[in-house]
Amino acid sequence: MVALVEKKQLVVPGEQLAEDDYLPGENTYKISGYIYASRVGLVDFSGNKIYVVPLKGAYIPCVDDPVIGKVTDIGMSGWTIDIGAPYPAMLLSSETFGPRQPFARTDLTKVFDVGDLVLARVISFDRTRDPLLTARDPGLGKVSSGRVIHISPVKIPRLIGRKGSMISMLKRETGCQISVGQNGVVLISGRMPFDESLAMSAVKMIEKEAHTHGLTDRIREMIDKAKRSGNVEQ
Amino acid sequence: MLSSEIKPERLIDDRGLRIDGRRPDELRPIKMEVSVLDKADGSAYIEQGKNKILVAVYGPREAHPRHVALPDRAAIRCRYHMAPFSTEERRSPAPSRRDMELSKVIREAVEPVVLSKYYPRTTIDIFIEVLQSDGGTRSAGITGTSLALADAGVPIRDLVVACAAGKVDGQIVLDLSDAEDKFGEADLPVAIVPSTGSITLIQMDGKLSPEEFDKALSIAVDGCRKIYEMQREALKRKYLAIREAVEEKIDVKEGE
Repeated sequence: MVALVEKKQLVVPGEQLAEDDYLPGENTYKISGYIYASRVGLVDFSGNKIYVVPLKGAYIPCVDDPVIGKVTDIGMSGWTIDIGAPYPAMLLSSETFGPRQPFARTDLTKVFDVGDLVLARVISFDRTRDPLLTARDPGLGKVSSGRVIHISPVKIPRLIGRKGSMISMLKRETGCQISVGQNGVVLISGRMPFDESLAMSAVKMIEKEAHTHGLTDRIREMIDKAKRSGNVEQ
Repeated sequence: MLSSEIKPERLIDDRGLRIDGRRPDELRPIKMEVSVLDKADGSAYIEQGKNKILVAVYGPREAHPRHVALPDRAAIRCRYHMAPFSTEERRSPAPSRRDMELSKVIREAVEPVVLSKYYPRTTIDIFIEVLQSDGGTRSAGITGTSLALADAGVPIRDLVVACAAGKVDGQIVLDLSDAEDKFGEADLPVAIVPSTGSITLIQMDGKLSPEEFDKALSIAVDGCRKIYEMQREALKRKYLAIREAVEEKIDVKEGE
């Protein structure tokens, strides 16, 4: 077992990571006895699997991902939703709490109109067919209030943190409700505009410094400082 | 103004130096930067001598028009374009035969490394805009394209890197400038995939003997490997700068 890189090391495509007694994980490939990186990112290990956590990239839907998307079209049986992926998503009317058997287009617009933001979950996607969404679970549905920011989808795991450590700290410290879409859309709603601004700048800071050490502590520090001084940095 | 239309008497002087003072196997000064465009998914800016080239990459994104989409992989589209002000004489902004050829060969030079099978039915669009040209724009364009692809987070096997070699005043030289290309005897642009050593582009303009060809190819590949190191450094620089800035902040605090 010979690894040529350390954990958390920054690598670029084509960089040799290890000999092939490791298993090639995400964003790596194996060729003639060596494992190479295929994207810019940080190396990580899990057992004898070696993988790269990317620092940039498009959102590719995954089953069970919560996403926040915008309604772009209304069809006979559902809505087309832009979830920021290379594939347009479909939300069928049977997957909402709306009218069960809509006969006219106007019925569907009452539930979600073009331009509305919808919090939904991916129920199926396999690259040969476009993703299907559902909005039937509690907490899903139309987004009617709050502030929305877009961050790079590959930084979402960092925003959530290990077992949700980062996001739960953020919710607790700012007192805001935060809904995170895996597609990089984050919805923040708090009681005071100040709380929302604070949460927003914290999210932006996580995006920018996602690949650094001790980020959770620094975020907490930044929030404390902002609370004491009463204004948000940046 | 000294026009480059007039052929200099000699392209290599008695000391063996070229018109811009380089040794035969010396590259022009190169500068690279990634993420220079906020709206593009990935971008790169490259200066190689007087060449100034901007590359933008969009995608993988929804294929428009629909019929260009492929069922099993992402379709890669590439547009090489020279700005009207990029040459001494104004250049028509309409795509010329040369632009179309270069778009095609650049696309074919980078296609083998893109893991396009991960994104079926989508497109990856590459835009190469030459702002100022001084010979070797296709090579610099390829080098910039692979940087922009990596910056966009498109999975690629390796960074493709390109560099030209050629023959000037009977000597084999590396990285030809515009004047050397025009008045020299041969030009040989080469693009390689450094990790495997495979060649993804090779073209030749002019005449070389088999021995000269071998020599030109080998110095072009050496040149590519030097540029490759700069590419890797350019990709890492931005992230390492943020990491260093953050760690500095921590150090300052601990020092208090």
